[in-house]
Amino acid sequence: MSVDIETVKRVAKLARIAVDDEEAARMTGELNAILGFVEQLGEVDVADVEPMTSVIPTAIKMRQDEVTDGSKAEDIVANAPAGDDNFFVVPKVVE
Amino acid sequence: MTDSSLTQLTIAQAREKLATRDISALELTEAYLTAIEAANDALNAYIVATPDKAREMARASDARIARGEAGALEGIPLGIKDLFATEGVHTQAASHILDGFEPRYESTVTANLWADGAVMLGKLNMDEFAMGSSNETSYYGPVVNPWRAEGDNKALVPGGSSGGSAAAVAAWLCAGATATDTGGSIRQPAAFTATVGIKPTYGRCSRWGIVAFASSLDQAGPIARDVRDAAILLKSMASVDPRDTTSVDRPVPDYEAAVGQSVKGLKIGIPKEYRIDGMPDEIEALWQKGIEWMREAGAEIVDISLPHTKYALPAYYIVAPAEASSNLARYDGVRYGLRVPGGDVTEMYEKTRAEGFGREVKRRVMIGTYVLSAGYYDAYYLRAQKVRTLIKRDFEEAFAAGVDAILTPATPSAAFGIAEQDMDADPVKMYLNDIFTVTVNMAGLPGIAVPAGLDGKGLPLGLQLIGRPFDEETLFRTGHVIEQAAGRFAPKRWW
Repeated sequence: MSVDIETVKRVAKLARIAVDDEEAARMTGELNAILGFVEQLGEVDVADVEPMTSVIPTAIKMRQDEVTDGSKAEDIVANAPAGDDNFFVVPKVVE
Repeated sequence: MTDSSLTQLTIAQAREKLATRDISALELTEAYLTAIEAANDALNAYIVATPDKAREMARASDARIARGEAGALEGIPLGIKDLFATEGVHTQAASHILDGFEPRYESTVTANLWADGAVMLGKLNMDEFAMGSSNETSYYGPVVNPWRAEGDNKALVPGGSSGGSAAAVAAWLCAGATATDTGGSIRQPAAFTATVGIKPTYGRCSRWGIVAFASSLDQAGPIARDVRDAAILLKSMASVDPRDTTSVDRPVPDYEAAVGQSVKGLKIGIPKEYRIDGMPDEIEALWQKGIEWMREAGAEIVDISLPHTKYALPAYYIVAPAEASSNLARYDGVRYGLRVPGGDVTEMYEKTRAEGFGREVKRRVMIGTYVLSAGYYDAYYLRAQKVRTLIKRDFEEAFAAGVDAILTPATPSAAFGIAEQDMDADPVKMYLNDIFTVTVNMAGLPGIAVPAGLDGKGLPLGLQLIGRPFDEETLFRTGHVIEQAAGRFAPKRWW
């Protein structure tokens, strides 16, 4: 399978990365090189093979359902590029 | 002692001298700070040095030593890869998008090191978000390998993504370093710089507070000057951590005790699939030497087959980007780091990510987004995860047949030049660097890279040993045999 420039632009939109035409054209070539490389996986017989979900078999850890952490609003917003009174500030999203 | 004789001490030697009060922690730290100051312009191994913090920690170490309360790493100066969250200190995964980020918390691995008395010298350069095999994708510029080919001044890469860690250890700019390995990022730079690097079993070191790249593959481990130092560091880094659900609940053994133990009777597997087309004769010869050394030390050599080896790298380039595209979704210009304004919120996201991510990171986020997108999931991601099951099964069968460890080359070549044209033109060429190491991440196993010789140009080459899950001890045992037989290698100082 290979991608064309329109697909690359659509994927860039999904990934929320702005690309111009020149960059999209370059990425098309690079992505196709990688997709061409991974194509060989098609040779492998994977019938009746379970997909891996965890490399080390482990039981999911359980703990009591109780609050163990929190009250750190200042720490959480400390690195925000724009904040106000312990809120993150973003461009207006609701008209 | 002079500064350079202080910085040449291994961790084990420094530990001894600190315990007997031959040297002080502050004296040792000062020697490293001086060395960093003198060398970093040439090598670019550190993104930031933290001299004030280092001195403060060293003084505290001296006080604890005086009180007889020394920890296992008391007063040992370490470099920390920029991927580890360090409270109040630069933590940017060498990316522009995390500009100015100083976490309010400490990663579990670094917290373990400080609890054992280690001293932080600064944050080490790396490939952006640990994506790269040459340290050239760093926003902070490439790291220069302290090793040069004989009679040649050309700057070489130290490997990646833990290039700063490997270069700093090799150039005596820290006694040891933390690193991480998703597809070979500890072992390949270790091999390129004649240092020892171990990627432990998935789940051995907590991933809490380590900037995530591909969560099912990422593991922390040390890069050190020798096998014993690597064992000492791993003992402190590893732990059982309730804050990481994939941290495995089993006690951390005393790895150092394994160093020097006999390998008599151990079965060492030699996988025929690692003999790849176009592999330089020197690598093949080095591998044969390694086999001889193991045999002379009393190990039994057995030929084994890992038939799905060649599919590990292509499967990795689906699984790792898929996980990365998901993990890196959090960099949106809202919660931390860079923000580039836009007309609306979506445009702000798109512009921030376009400016904040470098070329390789964008490439991988794009591949990951594509293989996870509607209609392609089964063909790519699901198939790759099935292939991963087969890769792991190959190893399980070898271990079930009685193999204790597997010996392979660590890399398909020695260190190459910075800005090499063909690597730049074709991303897959760069990816092939990890061909011998990536299988280990795909199967979650431990792997160690140990320096084993020099090539015709005088550049280091390494061998890799792969072990059973949670059997790092056998890797330290067998790695030590290679080290004893091969001898030590150090770069000629030019910086």
